[in-house]
Amino acid sequence: MATKHTLTFVLMDAPFESARTTTAFRLLHAALDRGYDVNVFAYEGAVALSFAKQAQHPNAVHGRDVAQEDHPLSKNWIAALMAHARTRGADLKWVNCGLCVDERGVGEAIEGAQRGSPADCWKMAQQSSTTLVIPTK
Amino acid sequence: MKVRQIVETAYRATTEEQDDTVIWISHAMRGASAELGVLLTGNAVNYVAGEQDGSGLMLGAWRQTQPPAPAQDLAALMRKDVPVYCVREDLAERGLMECKLLEGIVLMSRNQLPRLFGEYDQVWRW
Repeated sequence: MATKHTLTFVLMDAPFESARTTTAFRLLHAALDRGYDVNVFAYEGAVALSFAKQAQHPNAVHGRDVAQEDHPLSKNWIAALMAHARTRGADLKWVNCGLCVDERGVGEAIEGAQRGSPADCWKMAQQSSTTLVIPTK
Repeated sequence: MKVRQIVETAYRATTEEQDDTVIWISHAMRGASAELGVLLTGNAVNYVAGEQDGSGLMLGAWRQTQPPAPAQDLAALMRKDVPVYCVREDLAERGLMECKLLEGIVLMSRNQLPRLFGEYDQVWRW
């Protein structure tokens, strides 16, 4: 029987700032797609990825209204990946650094995103096959 | 499990955070019994310049009362038995070898890094 692996990712970038965020989410998707359990520790600006009050907007440059623009929101990406995990028999655990949340005022996270601390990051890393840090530059 | 933390980018929001966020999380994880080591490379070697002073920021009537002090934070980390290494060539390139360096820092050459990494289960490059 194959061993079930768990991967931990540590993310730092705030949403809408860097191509690394999209890459990170694609890596999460790929891992879940293969049935890996995935932990994410969102640190610093990355805690805003799961902020529930993110909102789509129209884009006058594109000449599109809100619905037409259908602007990506990272909170929706997380929810989508959590749903995807369930279809793959995998688990996506999302933990936000609580102090980072407080200093940014983004305490209202989507359902499933938990509040935690660096101790949780360490615990998740210990319980994983490996950990990938994707830092801000 | 032992983890080597590599810090390469210096002064990343240190004024807003009043510390380096990777040094900070190392302190926090050490408090959770993590076995860690820190390697400073690139611009982050500037953290071992012992006489740096980040105080004095004023914006209008606002004055920073707790400025960042990365050298002191590193010293505190070493007191918690977290070894801190620094790449000698990166110090030399920046003319910092003549500075008063933080006591307890271990200087090493780039060609010694593979052996150092081999002493750890994981390497986290921030």
